[in-house]
Amino acid sequence: MNNIDDIIKGIEEDFSMFDEWVDKYAYIIDLGHNLPIIDQKYKDEDHLIRGCQSQVWLSAEKDTEGNIIFRADSDAIITKGIIALLVSVLSGQKPKDVAQADLSFIDRIGLSSHLSPTRANGLSEMIRQMKYYAAAYASQE
Amino acid sequence: MTDIEIQKIREQFPILEKKIGRYPLTYLDNGATTQKPLCVIDAIRDYYLNINSNVHRGVHTLSQLSTDAMENARQKVCDFIHAREKSSIIFTRGTTESINAIASGYSQILGIGDTVVISAMEHHSNIVPWQMACERSGASLRVIPMSYEGVLDIDAYEDILKNNRVKIVSVTYVSNVLGTVNPVSQMIDLAHKYGAEILIDGAQSTPHMPIDVEALDCDYYAFSGHKMYAPTGIGVLYGKRKSLEALPPYQGGGDMIDHVTFEKTTYAPLPFKYEAGTPNIEGAIALGVAIDFLMEIGMEAICSHEKELMDYMTSRMKEIDGMVIYGTAPQKSGAFSFTLSGAHPTDIGTLLDNQGVAIRTGHHCAEPIMDYLGIPGTARASLAVYNTREDIDRLVDATIKSKMMLLG
Repeated sequence: MNNIDDIIKGIEEDFSMFDEWVDKYAYIIDLGHNLPIIDQKYKDEDHLIRGCQSQVWLSAEKDTEGNIIFRADSDAIITKGIIALLVSVLSGQKPKDVAQADLSFIDRIGLSSHLSPTRANGLSEMIRQMKYYAAAYASQE
Repeated sequence: MTDIEIQKIREQFPILEKKIGRYPLTYLDNGATTQKPLCVIDAIRDYYLNINSNVHRGVHTLSQLSTDAMENARQKVCDFIHAREKSSIIFTRGTTESINAIASGYSQILGIGDTVVISAMEHHSNIVPWQMACERSGASLRVIPMSYEGVLDIDAYEDILKNNRVKIVSVTYVSNVLGTVNPVSQMIDLAHKYGAEILIDGAQSTPHMPIDVEALDCDYYAFSGHKMYAPTGIGVLYGKRKSLEALPPYQGGGDMIDHVTFEKTTYAPLPFKYEAGTPNIEGAIALGVAIDFLMEIGMEAICSHEKELMDYMTSRMKEIDGMVIYGTAPQKSGAFSFTLSGAHPTDIGTLLDNQGVAIRTGHHCAEPIMDYLGIPGTARASLAVYNTREDIDRLVDATIKSKMMLLG
């Protein structure tokens, strides 16, 4: 597993190739379609982050090596694509690294508006939850 | 209206010239709020440049001028909705506050065994205040059902009136989600036949059609300025004199009193009984100017222009494969709700926004309708006088492109 900064660098390189919003969003939609389908057992009230517009489900677990594994889903495909980006950056990493991760790349690839709390799609709350899980696991170490 | 007339109207809205990215702005979120014409923007500036002063309390010149301007605006509102007397016109912050004022008054006179009636197509502003009034008073809330097409069941409504001690009915004239124009005239007559008062939520009707509260004979009528080219933070509550005089006041404070001692306060006459505190003076004046703007075009002309656009939008959008239209009542105005089968409305909204098309997505503050339709939300395009067939064409093209991106 690459470290978080390397993965982010890769994503920024991918996004730098898109001149047109169409290409960028086609890529995000594609990521959304390719995000592994989440087990139905995670799609319950306990894992639900309710947005006003779309909904997000998030679960966090630790694997045998102590890495944090995120699984997530959304009913909206663009939201799901952005989730896929975040999962690719943060899942499989050490809890401490996730808790401290700098996610300002979202702004640099021009998607920050999707993460503003006013967007009400559950994404900003999802990031808060991811960091919260990571901090909780890190504190157990 | 001719293309030249529409163009002249558009020129009064500089914001419509904006670009979103490299696309021209196509503003179709008028059900949420309309853009403002220059005359309205200028009125706010003029007020602060020339006559700013508190109303109804000073003997000095500026105070007289601002009071005259505000009372002149009240007269314009009165004429605009064909009310009998200007003391029936109360300035509020908007539809929500207007409904809350009546619901709050009713919460003090309702009792156990009394019933409040709303409809299945209300937005939260016409649900929650009545739930609160019922909770406080012990009254019960009954809901007029609607069909899947978005038409209220008037027989069921009459049954509710017949079989319950209904004190007040509160229904929307036009649905903000489905665009349905309800048969309010008939509904008002029925409410009165069974001894109930009735409030009409005019937030989505007042900008789009001629309104005559005297002819309708409703007891209360509520609407917002910002959905009819005036600023945010100003709205109107109309009420019949005897109804407004009978209800207890909504808020206490300055301006709404006749005489105050620590033992007892007597209230000012209408409309001031309902206008506690310093009002939104420049908002009221600017609402008067927005009404001048509307009257100059003519409400009949606006109504027929928007109907033509609604028909055009409906027929063009229907051409798109997978288009699902919510709200197919025979009488529709303003709002056009849709989804594409297999696509989430928020995804449609995001991709339309990237093409400069501003619409609303989500539950439109009317969650019970979404529950009834069994969907998380809709995409909603909503019209104003400055919209054109070109706007509709851009909406259709952008929707087709969004569909290709989302569903292939």
